Amino acid sequence: MPARGYTTEPAISVTGLKKHFGDVRALDGVDLEAAPGTVIGLLGPNGAGKTTAVRVMTTLLAPDAGTVRVAGLDVIRDAAVLRTRIGLAGQYAAVDENLTGVENLVMVGRLYGEGRARAKRRARELLERFELGDAGDRPARGYSGGMRRRLDLAAALVARPPVLFLDEPTTGLDPRSRLGMWTTIEDLVADGTTVLLTTQYLDEADRLADTIVVIDSGRVIADGTPDELKDRVGGERLVVALADARRAAAAIEALAPLSDEPPASDGDTVSLTVRGRSGTIVEAVRRLDGAGIGVADLGLRRPTLDDVFLSLTGHAAEATDDEEESR
Amino acid sequence: MRRLVADTMVIAERNLVRLPRAPDLLLAFTVQPVMFVLLFVYVFGGAIVTPGYAYEDFLIPGIIVQNIAFGGFVTALGLNEDLHKGLIDRFRSLPMARPAVLAGRTLADTVTNSLSVAILLATGLIIGFSFDASFVEIVGGLGVLLAFGYAFSWVFALLGLLVSSPEAANSLGFIAVFPLTFISSAFVPVDSMPAALQWFAEVNPFTIVVDAMRTLWLDAPGGSVWGAVAWSLAIIAVFAPLAVSRYRKAASH
Repeated sequence: MPARGYTTEPAISVTGLKKHFGDVRALDGVDLEAAPGTVIGLLGPNGAGKTTAVRVMTTLLAPDAGTVRVAGLDVIRDAAVLRTRIGLAGQYAAVDENLTGVENLVMVGRLYGEGRARAKRRARELLERFELGDAGDRPARGYSGGMRRRLDLAAALVARPPVLFLDEPTTGLDPRSRLGMWTTIEDLVADGTTVLLTTQYLDEADRLADTIVVIDSGRVIADGTPDELKDRVGGERLVVALADARRAAAAIEALAPLSDEPPASDGDTVSLTVRGRSGTIVEAVRRLDGAGIGVADLGLRRPTLDDVFLSLTGHAAEATDDEEESR
Repeated sequence: MRRLVADTMVIAERNLVRLPRAPDLLLAFTVQPVMFVLLFVYVFGGAIVTPGYAYEDFLIPGIIVQNIAFGGFVTALGLNEDLHKGLIDRFRSLPMARPAVLAGRTLADTVTNSLSVAILLATGLIIGFSFDASFVEIVGGLGVLLAFGYAFSWVFALLGLLVSSPEAANSLGFIAVFPLTFISSAFVPVDSMPAALQWFAEVNPFTIVVDAMRTLWLDAPGGSVWGAVAWSLAIIAVFAPLAVSRYRKAASH
């Protein structure tokens, strides 16, 4: 985060961004801002407008209305200069399969205007960093999905861009490659890079993003830090696992005064939203004990971003497998 | 301008280094045209009457022109693939000269076209084709050929950016170019065709280029070298700006 008191221009600043394709309003007045050296997560279901927004911010698509500034430059007026300051890794691993890893990166380096020798040095350096050193001289055709993504990300970093756009960087990756990608992104941010990340994975946004902008149908429906968003959904949930599932009704009755909403039960589990945090657990234990109800486990659960998404959009984020949990 | 040249060379290199690694592609550039020459000469050659010329002599300029026009197919297929794989997005996000991706591709085509022409010409000479031309005319003919091939690469570049899939590029390209090459003086004398086709064949740029080649290489009467060059320039003048403008707006998927 920039030191307070200084007027640091945001790394990304979007106001009133609109873009339509025919009758479809892909973006219908989007505002967002990212401070230098932070990660902004653009969250939303398929077709929400995430990719369109990224395309506008990376000069690939002209906006219909609004102001979009990246790294202090206007995406339309300063497009040519801006392209030297950004890196883009898209939804597809945009690598030439017929070229080796080194050749891919050297090509990109030379297209940034670097000489062949310097481009080659940088290529080797990046390949080492992304654990592709040994594969660097093999055609990318033989790379695994995770290796291609790493090569793609390396290509986006060739010119050491201060602002990096990652459009669904881990979609389709296995869990190990995903974790690796997350660590890489965290390292980049630690070095001062600003990252805009789109994702359908709430856990990804939760882990990486300093601020989250939730968009649906081309509009921003919520923004804030992950914690702020979770707080907006309501307080924490108290989850009680009963020793005996037959006592669920009694447990609901005993716990009902702790919440404004009626508790929910599922088999031997009873859960309820609680507002005031302090003392809730003690109070719950006292009431259950008083009613003679045996407890196997009991705890507070923070709402997940899945809960946030569900409550904001009325539907769960797509491509998540823990959809059931948030019901 | 210096940037355009440098970026064009980078892209051309990208498209050429892959050639030795894709044996199937190399086969298309080398074996396929030779196969066509042999089929035409030995299957149709006996049945087609070409007054004043042996069929080998008549055919070689025609089949080289047909072959070079199809040389740009690689550009259509390659660009379409780049579009789908997000490479065009990457290139467009780089501070490179805008027309370089297309200019590099079409330049690479010219190199592969030269290779095809050399192989076809060698095959022709082996089966009995003989020049009736000066050295300057032979070289001039090569220039006319490569210019025409370059022009068609731009047509294919536009096609590759317009269609939804490489398969579509393939079939549309064939539908558009095959009749053009056949309803021309490339394989049979135009006056052997029905009247309506004759009319088309005579204004067809393929006929004009093939006739120019026969004038240059066989000393045949009636061909217009300037007409052939003018057609190539006109095709470039129309299709290169169209393709570049399409590229500027190109979107993946």
